[in-house]
Amino acid sequence: MTTMHTTAKTATQNACKLCNPLGACLAFRGIENSVSFLHGSQGCATYIRRYLISHYKEPIDIASSNFNEDTAVFGGSHNLKLGLKNVSQQYKPAVIGIATTCLSETIGDDVPMILKEYKAIVGDAPMPIMIFASTPSYQGSHIDGFHAAVQATVKTLAESGAKTNVVNLFPGMISPSDIRYMKEIMNDFGIPYVLLPDYSQTMDGGPWGEYHRISPGGTPTSAIASTGSAMASIEFGSTLDAAKSAAGYLEATFGVPRHDMALPIGIKASDRFFATLETLSGKPMPETHQDERRRLVDAYADGHKYVFGRKVIIYGEEDLVISMASFLHEIGVVPVLCASGGKSGQMKKRLLEIIPNMDELGITAREGVDFVDIENETETLKPDFLIGNSKGFTMSKKSELPLIRIGFPIHDRFGGQRLHHLGYRGTQELFDRIVNTVIEQRQNSSEIGYTYM
Amino acid sequence: MDTENISLLEGREKQVYEKKQGGAEVEIACDTKSLSGSVSQRACVFCGSRVVLYPVADAIHIVHGPIGCAAYTWDIRGAVSSGPELHRLSFSTDLQEMDVIYGGEKKLYHSLIELIDQYQPNAAFIYSTCIVGLIGDDIDAVCKKVEKEKGIPVLPVHSEGFKGTKKDGYKAACSALMTLIGTGSTEGISKYSINILGEFNLAGEAWIIREYYERMGIEVVATMTGDGRIDAIRRSHGASLNVVQCSGSMTSLAKDMEEKYGIPFIRVSYFGFEDMSKSLYDVAQLFPDRPEIMEKAKEIVHDEIRRYYPEMQKFKAALTGRKAAIYVGGAFKTFSLIKALRTIGMSVVLAGSQTGNKDDYSRLKEMCDEGTVIVDDSNPVELSKFILEKEADLLIGGVKERPIAFKLGVGFCDHNHERKIPLAGFVGMYNFAKEVYESVMSPVWQFAPRKGGLV
Repeated sequence: MTTMHTTAKTATQNACKLCNPLGACLAFRGIENSVSFLHGSQGCATYIRRYLISHYKEPIDIASSNFNEDTAVFGGSHNLKLGLKNVSQQYKPAVIGIATTCLSETIGDDVPMILKEYKAIVGDAPMPIMIFASTPSYQGSHIDGFHAAVQATVKTLAESGAKTNVVNLFPGMISPSDIRYMKEIMNDFGIPYVLLPDYSQTMDGGPWGEYHRISPGGTPTSAIASTGSAMASIEFGSTLDAAKSAAGYLEATFGVPRHDMALPIGIKASDRFFATLETLSGKPMPETHQDERRRLVDAYADGHKYVFGRKVIIYGEEDLVISMASFLHEIGVVPVLCASGGKSGQMKKRLLEIIPNMDELGITAREGVDFVDIENETETLKPDFLIGNSKGFTMSKKSELPLIRIGFPIHDRFGGQRLHHLGYRGTQELFDRIVNTVIEQRQNSSEIGYTYM
Repeated sequence: MDTENISLLEGREKQVYEKKQGGAEVEIACDTKSLSGSVSQRACVFCGSRVVLYPVADAIHIVHGPIGCAAYTWDIRGAVSSGPELHRLSFSTDLQEMDVIYGGEKKLYHSLIELIDQYQPNAAFIYSTCIVGLIGDDIDAVCKKVEKEKGIPVLPVHSEGFKGTKKDGYKAACSALMTLIGTGSTEGISKYSINILGEFNLAGEAWIIREYYERMGIEVVATMTGDGRIDAIRRSHGASLNVVQCSGSMTSLAKDMEEKYGIPFIRVSYFGFEDMSKSLYDVAQLFPDRPEIMEKAKEIVHDEIRRYYPEMQKFKAALTGRKAAIYVGGAFKTFSLIKALRTIGMSVVLAGSQTGNKDDYSRLKEMCDEGTVIVDDSNPVELSKFILEKEADLLIGGVKERPIAFKLGVGFCDHNHERKIPLAGFVGMYNFAKEVYESVMSPVWQFAPRKGGLV
């Protein structure tokens, strides 16, 4: 790994990651009729709600077991049980998605045991399905919590059965618009599918004619149950370990073949995704998508001169960064720094698989960095622009570099939940935005003020 | 719309009250921990400390714990500074599993030394988060050591999230401030001087307020903590009076300063013409030996109201008869908002706060109209229920309440930390009325199902 700055730096300054439970809370929102529940202090739930709301602009309820001093000393069993009872009463959910925090993990609460006791107390009375994910904030980052929750969901609900022609799609942490587009592709192929988690409506839905305790939408539990008998799973994520993933679990437990691949960003990666769908469905790519691909190839040609040789720093979750680097590489943009607050230890390796001569091209990768590290790199690497979530704005303002906002969170622009990133459509959107950033930069810096670019 | 089936949680009934003629005089339960499983709109002890100290701009703020608490509070408030902006950076010891096992003291120590060297702050605040207490880190000892080595105040803030409510966080922040106060020179401070407490300079509000007082001939020694500076805080015990807004967060500091330094305090609010004027008059009254202070206060009130009155009448004409729901952090703000809304012809059908106390709620009961619902530490389900039942046209709250309003087709005014437009002072009342007008009168609501739009 290339390290440019070697000054002592113990503290994390302007973190380029979020904590584990946030990802779990988001993933649980993608199950129909489900409520996310954090086992810990009140603040965790409130902060995470606020953080998610600022991006998605939707009501997001996250319950909390609301630890107090006694709970911390004597354990969270009583609070968790009372909390589950109250959530069941007030929200009448089909599912409660429970995630831990640093507090409940540190005191060593045995949540599965507490849930067993709770079930015994409830007895035969109907109760929601409890899904539990261990998400201590002192391990990994939000993306780990996301995958942990998806895997826990499948572990809890998937059942064995006679093989069907269903395809499971585990797309990871993508935008609601990306989810809707994935569903459209599956429908156009005529493939019966289960997409998990599907928060395309719960996190980006319409107005309410009446009050909803739980936002409409999400993957039904019955559909999740059927993932165990599916013909195959497709799972996005370059650094996602099969042992920690939903598709990995289904393969190991029910023999459902796992097709793991990078997030399909760029033509090459999208081709791989569509080719997999062609194989699984036995059908050629539907004409509308071939058309979308053709327009993208055409756009690449129309716009190539603006982007070739431009240097960019890209940051965010490792999987997003790796896939973006692959896309940028195929349009001639040099991702001089691929940075993440995550620490899978695999980023450089995965990048080398896509861009074997990355060192030669001046492409570097750094894991476990914060925004101050990245900002320092901008001074030496002198990129033309930055690509990543809105938390890079502070750095972009200081370095006077344009920021192309993608992923999560986007707190300082409108419509982050509606951005596309994946497939031919998402790539087209990203390509347009990158080209326009270059054009705008040139137009603004030109004294002449060209009206044709 | 059917809201009958939305029931209150067992154990929450006493925190909800509807004012009715001949209704039983019940006391609203408050000052309690949030109920487990209820989606409280409150945060935690850490949050309380963080919001109070956040605007101190020439100090570094280090969150000792795993990354979340620092990440979620990075540049979170609209508290602006006229100079240094260290408060807008986010520092965390980012504790990992091994730190949890072996302790985080060393990591904290090195973090502090490096950050102080790098940023040259005038002080450092160290916030303990939930697990710090559990893993037994002695942050007081680390702070003392670093303070000695670096020669600046290094202040521990005991804000473990689970050790109480947000109010306990306020107290922890105030006690950190108390250790600073009294360590600076009070030389040259006028007899006609005040500290502005509980004003966080959101969107520059402290500057507006400060200017009014300065125009009256009063010296403002320190604003705590809006546009805050360590040196000003250190000499703030030289002021003659503490003027406390957002009483929930800062009253304890005012009381401590009264006890230790004999500085009296008054509670004020800068929201709405009525309360804003009163806060100038109340201060002027306490300096009777210089009548020109009162003269000047009257002049300011007169000029400012004359300036905004005509525009306000336009808003009032449009908004008269509309109904508002208020759910904010502190109860004191609720009082002002009720009065401010009345100024523009609106009534309040729901009023509540996260942290009000008994006195606050009994005053609220007196102020409210018949049929108004009062809630303490409410949750989204309750808020939605009453917004719909009472047919509110507007909700006043913070980020977490905003999507509830918009989903239900109700206007919204952000009266929380993130606001970018000043709502305090006379100009603030004008901004407030304008914002309410723009949200309530927007033509977009015609498409909301509640107003007959398609579902």
